[in-house]
Amino acid sequence: MDGAQTDEKLTAKQYKSDYRPVWCPGCGDFSVLSAITKAMAELQLKREDTAVISGIGCSSRIPAYTSVYGFHGVHGRALALATGVKLARPELTVIVTGGDGDGFSIGGNHFLHACRRNVDLTYVVMDNQVYGMTKGQASPTTASEWEGSKLTPHGTGVNPFQPLAVALAAGANFIGRQFSGDPNACAKLIAEAIQHPGFSFVQILSPCVTFRPEQREWKQTVHTAPVEPTSDPGRAGKRLMSDDGLNMGVLYVGGRPVFQPPEGTGATLADIEQKFTL
Amino acid sequence: MSNSPQSDTVSIALTGAGGAGVVTAGQMLLEAAATAGLYGLMARSSGPQIRGGESAAFVRMGPRTVTNLADAFDIHIAFDWLNVERFAAEIPLDPHSVVICDPSAGAVPEVIENSGARIVPVPLKDLTKEIPGGRVNMVGLGALANLIGLPEGTMASTLKKILRRKGEEALKASNAGVQAGRQAVAEMGVVRALTLPDKPPQTERWSITGNEAAGMGAVRGGVRFVAAYPITPATEVLEWLAPNLEKIGGLLVQAEDELASINMAIGGSFGGVPSLTATSGPGLALMMESIGLALTSETPVVVVDVMRGGPSTGIPTKSEQSDLNIALYGLHGDAPHIVTAANSVADCLFTTQWTVHLAEAMQTVGLVLSDQSLGQTRTIVDRPADEPFQAQRLVAEAPLENYRRYAVTDSGVSPMAIPGTPGGEYVADGLEHSPIGRPSSQTEDHMAQLDKRLRKILLHEYGDHWAEITGADAPETVIVTFGSSTGPVREAAEEATAWGLKVKVVSLRLLMPAQTTKFEEAIAGADRLLVVEQTHSRQFYRYLRAYYDLPRDVRVLNRPGPLPIRPGEVLSMLKEWS
Repeated sequence: MDGAQTDEKLTAKQYKSDYRPVWCPGCGDFSVLSAITKAMAELQLKREDTAVISGIGCSSRIPAYTSVYGFHGVHGRALALATGVKLARPELTVIVTGGDGDGFSIGGNHFLHACRRNVDLTYVVMDNQVYGMTKGQASPTTASEWEGSKLTPHGTGVNPFQPLAVALAAGANFIGRQFSGDPNACAKLIAEAIQHPGFSFVQILSPCVTFRPEQREWKQTVHTAPVEPTSDPGRAGKRLMSDDGLNMGVLYVGGRPVFQPPEGTGATLADIEQKFTL
Repeated sequence: MSNSPQSDTVSIALTGAGGAGVVTAGQMLLEAAATAGLYGLMARSSGPQIRGGESAAFVRMGPRTVTNLADAFDIHIAFDWLNVERFAAEIPLDPHSVVICDPSAGAVPEVIENSGARIVPVPLKDLTKEIPGGRVNMVGLGALANLIGLPEGTMASTLKKILRRKGEEALKASNAGVQAGRQAVAEMGVVRALTLPDKPPQTERWSITGNEAAGMGAVRGGVRFVAAYPITPATEVLEWLAPNLEKIGGLLVQAEDELASINMAIGGSFGGVPSLTATSGPGLALMMESIGLALTSETPVVVVDVMRGGPSTGIPTKSEQSDLNIALYGLHGDAPHIVTAANSVADCLFTTQWTVHLAEAMQTVGLVLSDQSLGQTRTIVDRPADEPFQAQRLVAEAPLENYRRYAVTDSGVSPMAIPGTPGGEYVADGLEHSPIGRPSSQTEDHMAQLDKRLRKILLHEYGDHWAEITGADAPETVIVTFGSSTGPVREAAEEATAWGLKVKVVSLRLLMPAQTTKFEEAIAGADRLLVVEQTHSRQFYRYLRAYYDLPRDVRVLNRPGPLPIRPGEVLSMLKEWS
């Protein structure tokens, strides 16, 4: 941790730790890490009041590379862990990071319920359509005909998961997509997502240059969404279902009320014990 | 035997179809006994149906604290014979027992007939028909009240209290039902008299279930965040906590599954708020990976496991002590943690509270074992004493420089920075880590952190609460048990003492870490050791063999659920042995 004074403006670099990432050279996640720290600097988040929570996988290593509080949990459970942090400490800014396998496969159920619960979290998924840490198996977002893994030598034969459409159907309050090759746009999107109340979902296409080298092509194929963000889930649904997966930008902004824990009544333990007394 | 612990209690079984209201009648009977100044409990057993189906209530009442069911029932009232064979094994009857049944329900099943009990037909349904708005369970309640000598005034005031919200009509109908029931059995007189005190006890008494007690223990210990996923028979812990946590400014959140509930609890604790979840065997199995995360990241959390018949879905509505192995050994890796067991319905409060204190003090996982027979049994007890045990976490306070979350300390406990503390920023990690919390696969870091996580739970001073020890100072036989088997074992030991046997009971509350020296002191001098547990594979015996030096002469009384261990079985084993 480099010691910035709290009354000075923090730079993006000051949100990074001095710990070297385990990622392969050229990994998209380097840019996402930069984008996250830029967003933190942009919002001047207090490091002590910010937590980055993750599960397992290449991108789930991010907490250790930041200088804020963090929790590197077990595979697939980052959203549940983060929900606990935010509900227990509502004043904290809680960002969840992870990959497509962690979030949509082993953690798929938590993704659905985090969307519908609408606790004020920002979920950044670095999607590279592959399990990188275990050296290149198909993930839920992998195209069905991809034959690059020994585990599924004939391709998965399974339709890829549509994270944004699923997020919308499950009730996410903010949905956006970016490409790691454009870190400034990523930072802007993440900052917007953090500021949006409720559950915000950001998919970042983040190439795995080791196991999916063809993803380098994304640089040429991604494009800014040709339309303004909508707050109409019907329109957003149509848009996301016919989307080519390469539309960048904020795609849906909802106004659903944020999960609000009930207020206490100021009762004491003696008050609640009273019910047991004969 | 006139002064034996069993002789001054009355045991009643009520069975019937769901609509018969046996649980309501049982609760009213228990409440009336409490009004009369007695203690008691009501255990329940039910079939797999969601609503309706057969159910049973088992009530035992007496002038002193009642912790367990007796060997046999004095009175069994059967409103009908619906699937009674499913309960027959749980309702031991003998020739001293009286069975009240409705002749319109058909022939008395052979299994009841064969017990030798005195069968008394009472036209419960026909009597009910004569009362406008009458309910058959109230007629049955009246009959029971008469047969055990429960004063009319006591019953009337209890009904008034319980039914005050149901209106005058309901109260009138209930009173009429009770009167009809009393008259129907009037000529039998009192068949089994309650031992009524001259005046009610002067102490404050509570009516509480084990699951409520676990919830109360959690909040007394300082828990303010709970994540919940419903599961039989643990749900009532969570249902009690939801409104009560809210009242005192805490929060319960319903999770999407147990994988989420345990992680939410860990997240809440990482945020600095003492956190807990409650579950049963299948849920505990799902939580295991994340329990290891809490342990390795040194994020305190408490899990209450209300055990039911296992393995797999097992017998969800009935009790067993067979989650012992998973609680002790279910984590992968070398994963030292705290395992405790509540030894009575009321002790669910203390044990949970104490475990919260321990988990927080040592920044580790505390696993509390309860079971269906404790959790879902309502008991009338003296108000559990206020105990000083609170969540007191060693936190790192600002200003912090070069903060090392996993610093290797002599005690093994390192100050924990809570988010919001400047300079304390660290990453909690389930990966093995260095003292500053960086992932590490190095030999020396792994060794140092393994040692630290073990050291902190070995060095902790657990005091006298590790076990509850009763009976003779210089025993010939020591009975070692845990959890819900403690009640029947103690009752048997008291009777054995009355027979002149020298028996001591050691009921372990702290199962992990094993308190070997204290245990060996506790059993010193005894030649014989009897192990009592409700498992099929002798899990507790094997655990004792693994961790403690036992005398040469060891016998085991074990049985899987759902039948509880009965005091008489323990007693006959003691007699056989002497």
